[in-house]
Amino acid sequence: MSPRSRSRKRAHRPQPAILFAALGDATRLALVGKLSFGQPASIAQLTAGSRLTRQAISKHLRVLERAGLVRSVRAGRENRIALDPQPLQEIQEYLHRVSRQWDQALARLKSFVEE
Amino acid sequence: MENCIEKRIELKAPVTRVWSALADYREFGEWFRVELEGPFVVGQVVRGRVLHPGYEHIIWEALIEKMEQERLFSFTWAQVQYHDKERYSPDYSRAPRTLVEFRLEPTATGTLLTLIESGFENVPAAWRGDAQRGNDGGWTQQMNNIEKYVAEKS
Repeated sequence: MSPRSRSRKRAHRPQPAILFAALGDATRLALVGKLSFGQPASIAQLTAGSRLTRQAISKHLRVLERAGLVRSVRAGRENRIALDPQPLQEIQEYLHRVSRQWDQALARLKSFVEE
Repeated sequence: MENCIEKRIELKAPVTRVWSALADYREFGEWFRVELEGPFVVGQVVRGRVLHPGYEHIIWEALIEKMEQERLFSFTWAQVQYHDKERYSPDYSRAPRTLVEFRLEPTATGTLLTLIESGFENVPAAWRGDAQRGNDGGWTQQMNNIEKYVAEKS
């Protein structure tokens, strides 16, 4: 990957609304789950064991791609789909921090009202 | 994936007591650690000064949404993009906002308080960098860790 394309990729940070919407669907969540083992998978592999058609799976993958969650990688003559966990990790870390701050604020409220 | 935070906590205090700790701006300020300029009024913006050491330059701003006596208190609040003095800006006109709701239910022993914060889909990545939000997250966490460590070892 050239330095230029790398910087372009970093600049592309999808809006969280798109990310949450992309994950707010059982099929897409299952696809992310399949890809989270780390190995890029072909569309055929992702379609296997699903009741959906290849076209339907492709459509879901495009939604995930727009949200920056998956990208297409070339493997020989075939295209494979790889998970990009970074946007997901960023949001989870942020929510985790906010969650911890509420734990602390609520603990202070607890001692405030119970004293 | 969840895009809201939900907490439930049992408080050994009557609903009336918990309500005043939330709805009275001076009491709220004590445990939340913010010095508010005036009372909470539905439909109005309230501002205050954050009291966490090192974050006193930060203005806390909320728009009061609902105040249903002893049942529900809610507001939206502006997110702060940068907390360090050099980059901090008190202009929240374009700041993303999240909704905070406190729900109260009487129980046999006191009050069940449910806190929900939602709207994180409105917070762009650039605003998530240093989510201190006027809180001393790191240190309190450290203190808790040390306390736990000592308790386990002794």
